[in-house]
Amino acid sequence: FPPSWLSLALRVVAECGRSKARACELRLPHSTVATPVFMPVGTQGTMKGVTAVQLDGLGCRICLGNTYHLGMRPGPELIQKAGGLHGFMNWNRNLLTDSGGFQMVSLLALSEVTEEGVRFHSPYDGAEILLSPEKSVEIQNALGSDIMMQLDDVVSSTLTCSRVEEAMHRSIRWLDRCISANQRPDQQNLFAIIQGGLDPVLRSKCLEEMTKRDVPGFAIGGLSGGKNHLPREKPRYLMGVGYATDLVVCVALGCDMFDCVFPTRTVRFGSALVPTGNLQLKKKQFAKDFRPIDEACMCPTCQRHTRAFLHVLLHSNNTAALHHVTVHNIAYQLRLMDAIWTSIVEHRFPDFVRDFMKTMYGDVGRCPGWAVEALQSVGIPLS
Amino acid sequence: MKLNLSRVVRGCRLGTLNNLGKKGDRTMEFPGCLLYTRTGSAPHLTHDTLQVISGIPVMTQLTLSSLAEHYEILEEYKEGIGKFIGMPESVFYCSLHDPVNTCPPGYVTNKSVSVWGVGGRLEMTAAKFMTIQQALQPDWFQCLSDGEALCGEVFSAKRARKSVDRSLAFLDECLKLQEQSEVLRSCVMIGVIEGGDIREERLRSARETAKRPVGGFLLDGFHGDAMTKETKLQLMSSVTAELPEDKPRLIFGIGQPDEVLECIEAGVDLFESFFPYQVTERGCALTFSFDYQPNPEDTVLQQNGKKKEGGDNRDHIDKVTTIKCIPETAFEINLKEKKYRDDFGPLVEGCSCYCCKNHSRAYVHHLLVTNELLAGVLLMMHNFQHYFGFFCAIREALRKDRLGQLKELICKQATS
Repeated sequence: FPPSWLSLALRVVAECGRSKARACELRLPHSTVATPVFMPVGTQGTMKGVTAVQLDGLGCRICLGNTYHLGMRPGPELIQKAGGLHGFMNWNRNLLTDSGGFQMVSLLALSEVTEEGVRFHSPYDGAEILLSPEKSVEIQNALGSDIMMQLDDVVSSTLTCSRVEEAMHRSIRWLDRCISANQRPDQQNLFAIIQGGLDPVLRSKCLEEMTKRDVPGFAIGGLSGGKNHLPREKPRYLMGVGYATDLVVCVALGCDMFDCVFPTRTVRFGSALVPTGNLQLKKKQFAKDFRPIDEACMCPTCQRHTRAFLHVLLHSNNTAALHHVTVHNIAYQLRLMDAIWTSIVEHRFPDFVRDFMKTMYGDVGRCPGWAVEALQSVGIPLS
Repeated sequence: MKLNLSRVVRGCRLGTLNNLGKKGDRTMEFPGCLLYTRTGSAPHLTHDTLQVISGIPVMTQLTLSSLAEHYEILEEYKEGIGKFIGMPESVFYCSLHDPVNTCPPGYVTNKSVSVWGVGGRLEMTAAKFMTIQQALQPDWFQCLSDGEALCGEVFSAKRARKSVDRSLAFLDECLKLQEQSEVLRSCVMIGVIEGGDIREERLRSARETAKRPVGGFLLDGFHGDAMTKETKLQLMSSVTAELPEDKPRLIFGIGQPDEVLECIEAGVDLFESFFPYQVTERGCALTFSFDYQPNPEDTVLQQNGKKKEGGDNRDHIDKVTTIKCIPETAFEINLKEKKYRDDFGPLVEGCSCYCCKNHSRAYVHHLLVTNELLAGVLLMMHNFQHYFGFFCAIREALRKDRLGQLKELICKQATS
């Protein structure tokens, strides 16, 4: 491990001989995290109805908080008074916060992007707010997250080349402003976000520039599928990806960190994640199914409850039903990443991938095309 | 099941119920409360979050209204409701109705009683009722009964008489059916005392029910506002006077701390714990003190009690959202109030529950404002623990013959 005074250090424990997958240990201020890692999203300073102790008990060592939401309610000043987001939520493991930019652009219809930052109107009192690189870092400093994200100029990768190129250059300038604004570089790690849309030339240029800034880690805003020559010794964070298949394939492509609202958000529909996809527990077919969600799952829900009971409870207005499924879905995601890690360390990741895809899809013909191609491109043919 | 009465102090009974449960190895203290559940689960809580609560009652209350419609599933499951809901270790009492959800009147006939589940109204004859109980296999269950003594908003003598007649008829029919079932013979039937506000009917109900081989008694129809407090308590005392000493007395629908004490004085042993759930649902935390022997240096009462701060109107406007519901009592604080936004103290100073040990009023306020599910989880954990602590204090006070002091403390807070 590099010197302990650095606030982040990545140690590669094993690499897959064929694909770009690697199993690492990521040392962060609040604890060490095994990667590849899935980070559940606790948007407003809570992981739905799961307590911090339950989340810790499931083996979670890092989760997300959303800067936009928390910046609005209860606001950075209050959270700082509470001892940062760790103190406010009483979460003693790691936290990653986003910049707030993505949510603003997606949640607020009337936002305007200039060189200064993202300008928008508060949904609560209509006041005009500017989210600049400086402001985003200021809020994240108050939140005290172990990893924070630069404010980037987010554009849809399907837009015209000139807008995408403008965004890429602006994101580099905003990265510099974020780095300058970071008041706590020894406790909070600022990640850069590689831009450039689908254009490999733009992405390459962006990477080249951002690497010069010696940031502790990189995020990739969206899959490009092309060759990402990200530095080996720094973690690669693929934002917004979390469906099981996506996780497996993107690990093969060399990604280390993932986040997604899906596993926790899908709970509201009574949807439980299993190796073959998901179970819609509210459906009649589960009314007399006395098996647990997943026979092989060791989570508290599967150890104690049947699909039939959850079916009944999900049709009531007792919120406990949702908590049971949230616990299971988080456990499922973490167990998947753990299995991936072990298979890489034991030099059998390609077989793991093939088994996984077989369980999920049955035969190769039913696997999604993009996944088959991506795996092929890194030396894991499926057939 | 054996009831051990250790003392009776001014009408208040203190003791234990031994040999409870299918294995006959559980013991429950009284006065006490049962764990309130909704569709077989403590509200908002999974096993992990429930287990962290101190003082969880030995006996859990299930409601037939939430479970009856699923009896065919239970029949196929075969192993009883306890295992089905993931509480194989608990002892169960199955009440007919849920004290929180009132059901529409006018659906009781000479032959049947209705309950309302998710799928709508479920009508039960005595036979159907016993079939359902056979599938559930609770340790105790409330017998099918007619709980309606009102005609509109007012008690009617005629209707009260009918409620007693019907309930006795249901009781006899259910007892007969119980005899015919090996499974049901191991369950304890709880007889139901009805009669509205008519003294003669209440006494008749008590005497007649006591003649039958029931394991305990439920005092029904004393909830709500139809009777004056005076009438209610007088009738309650008259009823319990007619009941055998060696069988437990439960009461339906009473949960407020001051009312609980009054009922204990009137001879009641066991209560439900739906009140902390109602407090939770309105975003409130129980803060009333039951420490009748406080350290003189403590200012707990002042810290946690309701502060008069320039008028109630301002408090109302300061709440972030207003939800139409049963009004708050003086025993709680509303965490939605703006003043808790930056209050980093626990819900109750000195409380050892999970929420108070790990989180602040400010955090719970934030969860309520942002409509997060964790608010309900944390508040339920605190409110249950606080309520169970209250019952522990009652028993302690009775042991030391200090119930008067506890009552004075509670009443002082009730009117503050």
